[in-house]
Amino acid sequence: MRRISVTVNGVRHEADVEPRALLVYFLREQLGLTGTNVGCDTSSCGACTVLLNGQSIKACTALAVQADGQDVTTIEGLATNGTLHPMQQAFHDEHGLQCGFCTPGMIMASVGYLSEHSDPDEAEVREALEGNLCRCTGYHNIVRAVLEGAKAMRDSETVVGGGNGAADGSGVAMGRVREGVVVP
Amino acid sequence: MIPAAFEYERPSSLDEALALLADGGDDARPLAGGHSLLPLMRLRLARPTLLVDIGGLNDLRYVRDEGDQIAIGALCTHHALSHAPELSGGCGLIAEVAGQIGDPQVRHRGTIGGSVAHADPASDLPAALLALDAEVVAQGPGGSRSIAAADFFVGPLMSALEPSEILTEVRVAKREGCASGYQKFQRRAQDWAIVGVAAVVESDGGSISNAAIGLTNMSGTPLRATAVEEALAGAADEGAIAEAAKKVSEAGTPFADANASAEFRLHLAEVLIRRVIADAMS
Ligand SMILES: Cc1cc2nc3c(=O)[nH]c(=O)nc-3n(C[C@H](O)[C@H](O)[C@H](O)COP(=O)(O)OP(=O)(O)OC[C@H]3O[C@@H](n4cnc5c(N)ncnc54)[C@H](O)[C@@H]3O)c2cc1C
Ligand code: FES
Ligand code: FES
Repeated sequence: MRRISVTVNGVRHEADVEPRALLVYFLREQLGLTGTNVGCDTSSCGACTVLLNGQSIKACTALAVQADGQDVTTIEGLATNGTLHPMQQAFHDEHGLQCGFCTPGMIMASVGYLSEHSDPDEAEVREALEGNLCRCTGYHNIVRAVLEGAKAMRDSETVVGGGNGAADGSGVAMGRVREGVVVP
Repeated sequence: MIPAAFEYERPSSLDEALALLADGGDDARPLAGGHSLLPLMRLRLARPTLLVDIGGLNDLRYVRDEGDQIAIGALCTHHALSHAPELSGGCGLIAEVAGQIGDPQVRHRGTIGGSVAHADPASDLPAALLALDAEVVAQGPGGSRSIAAADFFVGPLMSALEPSEILTEVRVAKREGCASGYQKFQRRAQDWAIVGVAAVVESDGGSISNAAIGLTNMSGTPLRATAVEEALAGAADEGAIAEAAKKVSEAGTPFADANASAEFRLHLAEVLIRRVIADAMS
């Protein structure tokens, strides 16, 4: 077991983990954040996408110990006081989901991408979601949702956690930085 | 699946990492981005007993302009390379190739050192490094040595690195005024290359004066298409480029697998050479 300290959605968690624990299982099973899904065994589907220091990563292909001292944002970290994040709202409005299994990963990949490219065109959105598979929608509504969400984010100047990968860690954690340490 | 149990260390200096690897013996492995190693461990195709996580060695994250060479730290991610302004001219090939690897999530984690050390014949960066005559710097318990890319790749998943060595840097001579490009054929988005072609082209008044071509996944190691390179010298139009591209068969008979027969691989290589050279020249 190793002691790690990870800031997840603005809250610092200290926990003992086995070195072989994957980040996604740490989030789901130790922290109870089950919004991050596991859809494959081959690092292909992107259902497990979270932001690590503001950059999208597949949480099934990182060890929890690799996140020690870092900043993770999951789908649960997007809404503020019960109000959906503009990207979540756009997926709802544009019918960007059917079964919903891929949706948290799609939203996290999109939000991560938009922190570096706030005004993408349709082709760029499709490229940006290359690492996320959806078995239901055929992608059209997902792409439309991301374009609408991007517009809404520009209009509301939304920022998401972790400093966009900035080395100085100067990012804002989505308006819900809570004080204190939570030890599960 | 979850990997088999292992010991884990996260050293904070290169010396510490080298000592841990030396003590760990043959079943100790460095862990960089984990995007080749962790998938293998999840499938239990790899079961190292000790992982030495070099992810904290931030001194190995740099792209440096050193006058006539560019030095790239082993821990530079594909994402960082694809945005590095220092990679221009012929060296722009590295940025181009890095930007075509996997998907954004993979590029945020995977590193150049890991890609090169892993020596997967389907990896994209090795062919580019071969075409650029890059050097790979390895640090071991006894000091550091430099290995030419041409000598580095020994076979599928086999490199000239010793188990006790850490790849610290990739060095490439600057090629201002050269054009370059990379094209790969894949059946689905995000797939690995069935065949890939990296090219660096120097031209003089509309005709090619010098070309270097690296091939991905045509053999157990990346290859140089030397017969094509020679035939391209002096080529000035599509016809001459197409004739030269045919010589790719002289690089040897490619392997066959579930994705492609040897004939199809040769066909793909020929077509991709034509396209990548035409693109680089335009
Ligand atoms: C879904 C997916 C798609 C992918 N698609 C592509 C693709 O299209 N093209 C492509 O080229 N690659 C692709 N990759 C692989 C990706 O580029 C990996 O990042 C890369 O192959 C390995 O780099 P890493 O930093 O993740 O290395 P790791 O997985 O950490 O390590 C790989 C191996 O190299 C060793 N190693 C790592 N760093 C060093 C070092 N500095 N010194 C000595 N040994 C070292 C490790 O011990 C291990 O044996 C893909 C990966 C995934 C998961
Ligand atoms: S669960 Fe499929 S990529 Fe992570
Ligand atoms: S909505 Fe079902 S997988 Fe995408």
